Amino acid sequence: MKILVLLKQTPDTEAKVSPKGDGTGLDIAGTIIINPYDEFAVEEALKVKEKNGSGEVVIVSCGPADIKERMIKALAMGADRGVYIDNTGLEDADSLTTARLIAAAVKAENADLVFSGKQGIDADNMHVGIMVAELLGWPHVNVVNKFELEGKTARVEREVEGGQVEVYQVELPAVIGANKSLNTPRFASLPGIMKAKKKPLDVKKPSDLGLDLGQLKSEIKAQIVSYNKPPQKPAGKVFKGESVEEMVSKVVKLLREEAKVI
Amino acid sequence: MKVLVFVEQRDGKIKTSSREAIAAAHQIAGSSANVAALVVGTPGDGLKDAGVDTIFTVNKPEFKLFNVMNYTAAAQKAVEEFKAEAVIGMASPMGRELFPRLAARLNGGLITDVTSLQASSGSFKGGTKPMYAGKVLAQVEFKGSGIKLATVRPNSIQTTVTGGAGNVVELAVATADSKLKTLEVKKGSSDKPDLTEAARIISGGRSLGSADNFKIINECADVLNATVGASRAAVDAGYASHTMQVGQTGKTVSPQLYVACGISGAIQHMAGMRTSKVIVAINSDPEAPIFSVADYGIVADLFEAVPILSKKLKEIL
Repeated sequence: MKILVLLKQTPDTEAKVSPKGDGTGLDIAGTIIINPYDEFAVEEALKVKEKNGSGEVVIVSCGPADIKERMIKALAMGADRGVYIDNTGLEDADSLTTARLIAAAVKAENADLVFSGKQGIDADNMHVGIMVAELLGWPHVNVVNKFELEGKTARVEREVEGGQVEVYQVELPAVIGANKSLNTPRFASLPGIMKAKKKPLDVKKPSDLGLDLGQLKSEIKAQIVSYNKPPQKPAGKVFKGESVEEMVSKVVKLLREEAKVI
Repeated sequence: MKVLVFVEQRDGKIKTSSREAIAAAHQIAGSSANVAALVVGTPGDGLKDAGVDTIFTVNKPEFKLFNVMNYTAAAQKAVEEFKAEAVIGMASPMGRELFPRLAARLNGGLITDVTSLQASSGSFKGGTKPMYAGKVLAQVEFKGSGIKLATVRPNSIQTTVTGGAGNVVELAVATADSKLKTLEVKKGSSDKPDLTEAARIISGGRSLGSADNFKIINECADVLNATVGASRAAVDAGYASHTMQVGQTGKTVSPQLYVACGISGAIQHMAGMRTSKVIVAINSDPEAPIFSVADYGIVADLFEAVPILSKKLKEIL
């Protein structure tokens, strides 16, 4: 069984992110990590392989070259090899263009199952995994809390609003988007880290996947044109040093009379 | 410009937030004649006087439960039938599952979770989309020709539209395939709206000290008719489930009222709730960063303040 994991990198959650002076780019102060939701995807792929007794877990990434460092971390967790898609010239790609590159790689690998994180915590899009499924004509379920493989199908649960749970039976091959509560990702062991550096990490250009760079560029359909800071709020009214009863009464009154939200 | 609005239903009930998507569609379309709604799995007559001239439905029992393959087929059919140039929906669990698949199928541009549209009657240029859980706002524009798709973040668009002829048109759509079967939808533990759609939220942090102590938050939530949220620290400590987590690795919320109890205000938490219209913070530490985004702050122990808050609210609500 061949299981692919779509992995991207993001700044960590404590990173300071702000627009550059002219708004054309971002200043990011923070550590670059594996997108947190993708770690749940890696873990689930490894669990499925272990339960199955055999198979291969392949990490697929598309992005700047330093993403390979994050791929090696996933290899250290136990994945078998990596496929890095070099997106030079496509840095402004929208989700659908990225999905085209990844779908071509998934097809070339002849995968049985693909896991991704439910969303990247940078653009907060939740697009690519779902689009890959559509481009391949596969089913998908995103925001998955529970995954059980039963032969050629899987029973999958995803939580939606109000704590409701949608229960699906999905035929493989399929794309599954991992949510935080799916599992607890393992830490890379020391031998794992040693071995990771020797594991194969192939580099693919769009042309290696049968895609034309110029064509892909011309098909980009959405583009970020600028970044702005969220509007800053004026300083609020903070009460202290009075009796709690007094302070709460004042805030309740303000909520009703000034803010008019209750 | 002709705009199709994907209208959501759960348990046969049309979601009120879909009215926000219709209002967004009007910004682009200019008139009810140019706006059609699609409601799948329930009759469309619940949408009368909602600002649309045409209501497409696929009212078959096998379409009652959400199934992204079936619903994508229905949306594709409605787009073809109406010759829609844009499709608008809500950034809800259903909209987020459907729109990327529909965009890929229709080979269209997609912008999701927009908080405002860059639009005028007859033109739809793009929209503003929070990124990094709201640390920055990106201005995203469509490129080239082709259909334009967008989802709107709940509570972002405050206007409502009424009127419209509301003619119901039943679409003939076959079930997509059996690769994905919706077996059931298990009832939720709560009948309150989801955090992402809630108009009022009250959240608890790690200083609650136990899952049991969340009951003071729950009591206040009942008075306020609010949905209960939690900080990552509270979730990681096991006091609350991940579905309740507000922040960058939880849910991004924008209610009318957000009450943060015993939450210090880590960057990743504030990123997820700073677009709330009114923020109230209760914290015993006057230096807590949460006070920097609060409209109203109370420096006090939450175990003392929250029950008083519940009592005071009960008197007036």
